[in-house]
Amino acid sequence: MADMSYTPTQTGSNVGKIALRWGLYLMLGLFALFYLMPLFVMITTSFKSLEEIRTGDLISLPREVTLDAWRTAWSGACTGIQCEGVRPFFWNSVLIAIPAVFISTLIGALNGYVVAQWRFKGANLFFALMLFGCFIPFQVVLLPMARMLGLMGLAGTIPGLIFVHVIYGLGFTTLFFRNYYVSIPSELTKAAKVDGAGFFRIFWSVFLPLSLPIIVVTVIWQFTQIWNDFLFGISFSQAGTQPVTVALNNIVNSTTGIKAYNVDMAAAIIAALPTLFVYVVAGKYFVRGLTAGSVKG
Amino acid sequence: MAPILEINNLFKNYGSVEILKDINVAIEQGDFLVLVGPSGCGKSTLLNCIAGLEPITSGKMAIDGQDMTNVSPKDRDIAMVFQSYALYPTMTVAKNITFGMKVRGIDQAVQDEKLAHVAKQLQIEPLLNRKPGQLSGGQRQRVAMGRALVRDPKLFLFDEPLSNLDAKLRVEMRTEIKALHQRLGASMVYVTHDQIEAMTLATKIVVMKGGVIQQIGTPAEIYNRPANLFVADFMGSPAMNLIPARTKANGKGMQVEIARKDGDPIMLTDTRNRDLPENVIIGVRPEDIADASIARAGETQEADCMIDIVEPAGADTFAVMQLGGKHVTARLHSETSAAAGASQRLTFDLGKVSYFEPETGLRLN
Repeated sequence: MADMSYTPTQTGSNVGKIALRWGLYLMLGLFALFYLMPLFVMITTSFKSLEEIRTGDLISLPREVTLDAWRTAWSGACTGIQCEGVRPFFWNSVLIAIPAVFISTLIGALNGYVVAQWRFKGANLFFALMLFGCFIPFQVVLLPMARMLGLMGLAGTIPGLIFVHVIYGLGFTTLFFRNYYVSIPSELTKAAKVDGAGFFRIFWSVFLPLSLPIIVVTVIWQFTQIWNDFLFGISFSQAGTQPVTVALNNIVNSTTGIKAYNVDMAAAIIAALPTLFVYVVAGKYFVRGLTAGSVKG
Repeated sequence: MAPILEINNLFKNYGSVEILKDINVAIEQGDFLVLVGPSGCGKSTLLNCIAGLEPITSGKMAIDGQDMTNVSPKDRDIAMVFQSYALYPTMTVAKNITFGMKVRGIDQAVQDEKLAHVAKQLQIEPLLNRKPGQLSGGQRQRVAMGRALVRDPKLFLFDEPLSNLDAKLRVEMRTEIKALHQRLGASMVYVTHDQIEAMTLATKIVVMKGGVIQQIGTPAEIYNRPANLFVADFMGSPAMNLIPARTKANGKGMQVEIARKDGDPIMLTDTRNRDLPENVIIGVRPEDIADASIARAGETQEADCMIDIVEPAGADTFAVMQLGGKHVTARLHSETSAAAGASQRLTFDLGKVSYFEPETGLRLN
């Protein structure tokens, strides 16, 4: 009797479970669709001709795939009076982002190593001030920074933009490396000291080889920040040194007459591709580095 | 010949907190000095001061006659083995061992030769190309020792090197360290909280508590003549019985009176000591209380005691009773007839007894 009354409820709950599971998938699927829709529209639009955009449906696939919009976006679209597409600005961004990411990561690693492993008087205050730097709204520093770049003779130059990005990235890179290195037992430093290694030798031979996960995290973070930056880019650049984000804005906003949606979309995708690429290549380390953070010796 | 290590009036403060107070220690070439004490007694800090990893607040320190007070660790000619082993995680075992030589720019051929020698000595040759993460605890311990041995320093420093190993391996490695010390004739300073490690390894023990040295001596001195109640209680397992007692002078020496839980006090005669205060704490090692039925050499006196608990431990049986209001442990023969709740005739050997002043805890005899 007990079994008989038990079995149906068991089946019932199984059905319920399956229904729940499918409900969940459906929901997740809808969310995914919702988030992917703009990307889908961007991609499809960028492959359509202007004619088709005018007459066709927003979310339909292109009837005829054309790369004209991409070509124009890359090397022909007008940003104000200049009509060279995003290409020169894309290279500006590369020239800014790569050195800035490299320098800020390296200095952040050194800072984190000092704060975590070579405790000095005022180390906590130093670290607290570095952290404070992470939370300053960038608008606040625009004027003083402009003055400083002027004094240094770097106003409107690519080295000037690299300098700005390095300075404002240091708070984060120091935080990342400090939190990573603080979990490494200080006995490791002591052992290396007894072995005769000095400050930089220990950093180079012992700590840096341990740091791949956190380097990846920092590089992704910094690259995304610097590549996507618009505020510093528009404030501290001049014609010829503008990054791709500023160029994209100019393409989209300064065209007169018919809006070339397909070109705008292609330019936007081009501007977003490098960060996407970095995520795909290094993404698995990103999650691993953020969550794990410990290397057991 | 100058002592291999000499520390004079060493003080160490962290801010206003005194960690080490007036430390004075000297050891000769070939000594095995063990710093022992409970957690937080300053023993590891003292070792770090010897290594130069912590600056000292005042005082002087010399290694082999040379003043090292303000010398950096790399120039002290020391090698150190750490509790966590502190192997470089990204380097192979071979690179771990040769790192110090590489830093010092020693010729590659010499490096290889020394590495091979040490690897053979510690039997870690098959491990040389592995990373520390692929090794067991005992293997890591060996590699850490190898890294120290390859230096051939004036002074070896060990910071609780065995405390992360399981019990069986710990005993094995302990024996190995002792054999190594005998073979090399090297001078070593070893920190541990384990008093058995201290007793078995040391040629000289420093017992510390609260940053102050309680006693310095050979293992036998520390064990047989503890300088105060703390040392008496800390060294030895099971611990020394510390029983409140009263003394009275008599013709042959003095009479010692120990209260029993029920019945008359036990009266013992001590012919070696006299003129002690009336109230004392008497320290008797468990092995100095034995079965009366099993004959023992020495000056013994008998008394009946009510046994509360019997703990067989294989080679010995421990019997716990109450004397002078304290639990007292006797180390009896494994085939003793003692039973819980029954009275047993025991012998007391006062030959190695210690007396302490109850207020100050200092040794009286």
